[in-house]
Amino acid sequence: MPEELLLDVRRLRTEFSQGKKGSVVAVNDVSFQIHKGEILGLVGESGCGKSVTALSIMSLLKDTPGKITGGEVYLEGKNLLECSEEEMRKIRGENVSMIFQEAMSSLNPAMRVSAQLVEAILLHTDKTRREAEEHALKMLAQVGIPDPARVGRSYPHQLSGGMSQRVMIAMAMSCDPHLLIADEPTTALDVTIQAQILDLMRKIQREIHTGILLITHDLGVVAEMCSRVIVMYAGRIVEEAPVQMLFYEPMHPYTKGLIASVPKLGSGVTSLPSIPGSVPDLSMMPPGCKFAPRCRYAQDRCREEEPPLAELGGGRKCRCVLVQDKEATVQ
Amino acid sequence: MSPLVQVKNVTKTFSAGKKLLGKKSVVHAVNRISFDMVQGETFSIVGESGCGKSTTARLVNHLLTPDSGEIWFDGKQISAMNENQMRPLRADMQMIFQDPNGSLNPRMRVEDLVAEPLLVHTGLSADERLRQARELLEIVGLSAKHARRYPHEFSGGQRQRIGIARALTVRPKLIIADEPVSSLDVSIQAQVLNLMQRLQAEFQLTYLFISHDLSVVEMISDRIAVMYLGCIAEIAPKAELYRNPRHPYTQALLSAVPVPDPAVKRERVLLQGDIPSAVHLPEGCLFHARCPLCTDICRRQVPEPQDLGGGHVVACHHI
Amino acid sequence: MPEWKETVRAPEEEAKGPVVQAQSKPKAFFKKFMQRRTAVAAAVFLLILLIITAVGPQLAPYDPAAPDYDNLLSGPSPAHVLGTDEYGRDVLSRLMAGSRLTLGVSLSSVIIGAAIGTVLGVLAGYYGGILETLVMRGSDVLFAFPDILLAIAIVAMIGPGIINVVIAVAVFTVPSFARIMRSATLSVKESLYVEVARSIGCKNGRILSRYIFPGTMQSMIVNFTMRVGTAILAAASLSFLGFGANVTEPDWGAMLSSGRNYIGVASHLVYFPGLLIFLTVLAFNLLGDGLRDTLDPKIK
Repeated sequence: MPEELLLDVRRLRTEFSQGKKGSVVAVNDVSFQIHKGEILGLVGESGCGKSVTALSIMSLLKDTPGKITGGEVYLEGKNLLECSEEEMRKIRGENVSMIFQEAMSSLNPAMRVSAQLVEAILLHTDKTRREAEEHALKMLAQVGIPDPARVGRSYPHQLSGGMSQRVMIAMAMSCDPHLLIADEPTTALDVTIQAQILDLMRKIQREIHTGILLITHDLGVVAEMCSRVIVMYAGRIVEEAPVQMLFYEPMHPYTKGLIASVPKLGSGVTSLPSIPGSVPDLSMMPPGCKFAPRCRYAQDRCREEEPPLAELGGGRKCRCVLVQDKEATVQ
Repeated sequence: MSPLVQVKNVTKTFSAGKKLLGKKSVVHAVNRISFDMVQGETFSIVGESGCGKSTTARLVNHLLTPDSGEIWFDGKQISAMNENQMRPLRADMQMIFQDPNGSLNPRMRVEDLVAEPLLVHTGLSADERLRQARELLEIVGLSAKHARRYPHEFSGGQRQRIGIARALTVRPKLIIADEPVSSLDVSIQAQVLNLMQRLQAEFQLTYLFISHDLSVVEMISDRIAVMYLGCIAEIAPKAELYRNPRHPYTQALLSAVPVPDPAVKRERVLLQGDIPSAVHLPEGCLFHARCPLCTDICRRQVPEPQDLGGGHVVACHHI
Repeated sequence: MPEWKETVRAPEEEAKGPVVQAQSKPKAFFKKFMQRRTAVAAAVFLLILLIITAVGPQLAPYDPAAPDYDNLLSGPSPAHVLGTDEYGRDVLSRLMAGSRLTLGVSLSSVIIGAAIGTVLGVLAGYYGGILETLVMRGSDVLFAFPDILLAIAIVAMIGPGIINVVIAVAVFTVPSFARIMRSATLSVKESLYVEVARSIGCKNGRILSRYIFPGTMQSMIVNFTMRVGTAILAAASLSFLGFGANVTEPDWGAMLSSGRNYIGVASHLVYFPGLLIFLTVLAFNLLGDGLRDTLDPKIK
């Protein structure tokens, strides 16, 4: 990776308190890095902790029962977890921005689109109001909105899903952040609109060289967008690999099962291998490997001790003792 | 063989509330659609949100009645029936819904839920109903031990299995499945799709499968209809549709689906703009504003469906 | 991924796997309810009151109707904890005995009103149309009167007496139930599982009894508790105004009414019945709040 390091997450741990019953660990020992101009995919099924990871990085857990209980998050060398709320407010927007699945509900319904954009720009730059207004229009045009002046005058509810996601992206990009965190940005959209938004995000990455953390459950989106992928299961990273390797030689049994269970357009298959069972409840985690109860290769030791996330070279990491054993014998 | 379901020229509109001083505005949910389904096949309807696919499912299920046109099921015209005439036919036609959380009454035990269609449609004793319900729970991969629990104690995938078991109790001929796997995680989605295929063979079911996911549809269907803004743009057998899509909308839709294979870099037909509102339908071909092939005639004239042979029907001026 | 292909045919055993272990509903409800201190206190108070109502006369220190001419209008004392009235009758005993009449009148009137209101509201919400218009406009008309005024008007029309008080209070209870149950019905009717029931082929009767009504129960219980408080107040007011029970019968409102004449010399005759009415109404309202918050935090 020749590009400079942008985000460095080290052993992040986030817990959610459940009243008197104690707490569950939603994100456990998560470490990864994002470099400038790179799109990193974070995939997993619902409840695997991928969104909580993003919220933890952004320090947006304040109004939730969640609490970061360990680890460090360095953004361009600065530990975000030590920043005050004041500093974080500045960093959010200027250095790192986030877009969400529900773009519509992330916009203020009572304010015109351009006014919201201008507000965000004024907050983070020392532009005058006039400059900010010009910049807002420029941003709207940049994200491919036809007739930006008209869209700017409308209220969020007058926009379609794709349009409001474009506005969100315009807002997120308005202060040239170096890192963009996109949490399921296209999940609520139709495929033809999804294609437009993905195209836009690729353009941003290519032209402005923004680092993007793309959180999604859709392996198709990952294959198309990302250069590196992290797979999460039950709050842990189970595998990390460059995108080609992940899809062609998945190592962790969960990744294998996940990739196999996605119907592939044009493949003509009429039945799919599936992973039996369902994701364990966070409050009733099995000891040992969290995937062991659903894993067809599981042995006794898998059920006893949780394997570490081992480096396998070539940018690969995998949390499975069996894979690690196999690699060891190969070497 | 005569078709099990025939939909002939069906139109359905909803009123979208009155405007002040203006006349009533109307949502055109389904516009003059026609298709047939034969016994034993899986017929899918795909399309983006608001294309009228769920409305079509509810029309076939007689949860809605068409404004005009006819719907025939098993040799009877059901679109003209009232609810009392329709009720006996419902034993042959059951429905599975998208949201497995919302589709089960939270205050009923699973066994009662599953046995309910038997109560409504048969004169079986309570014991016999429960016995059959438990048997079906086992068939869909749940344990009869859990039959006395409530729906909220099950996961999303398990709840969808309960919904499937419930639909099967009366041994229907047709199952209408409205986005049955859309709210499930991929690994669970594959389980449910496999289950549906196994059951189709076991119970000789005909499926009307509604989905927005072209990859899922490809896996499960025999024939597919692509809908856009309440109209059917193209109908074709599966292999033909995916290999040789003729309608520009189908082409765009297929090319927009992200494929989980990083080596596949496809030529993408990127559509401009959004789906027009179903309140103010465009003149001419409904797709013309976003169509890369659009010419004058498309703006003026609605294209009639053309049969290209082999069951491939396309509504486009440019073929 | 050849090794995964094999699992295609594998029986989906694990689908039977551990379902989420949820607490049974009543248990979970009880646990949540216990966290609301004020509501629990109110419930305890009402429970004691109900026990006293049930076995009151046996517990009472004196015969509530027995006069004691040596102790007229005496204040609280060790012998008569809450004092005596103008005939020397023990106030505590009369309050305990009076709870039967007061609670009996208000509870029965709310039960009648709730039953009628619920049936009207559910049917109006489910079937809509002309029935809905009639029920809702009728409710609007009744709502236009202040509760007590309406009750007075009804009693004035049909004459005083306990039964008529029950009828009057029941009449002004109906519209509140009709409205609340209609809106609860409308929201349940929109839910997917009702549509599913229709697609299965359930008849309207079955949908109403197994789907709609159980779904609206929570709103009904909450409203019921709240309305009991109002009904007590109304029944007491009517008695106070002389429309209710015979003045010699022990009844909280009537006691308040007759005590009013001696407010200068024996203020305890007003204080204690008044305080008891206040506490009981408050307790029903607090219990109602607690139930609402526990059952359905959405309907604030």
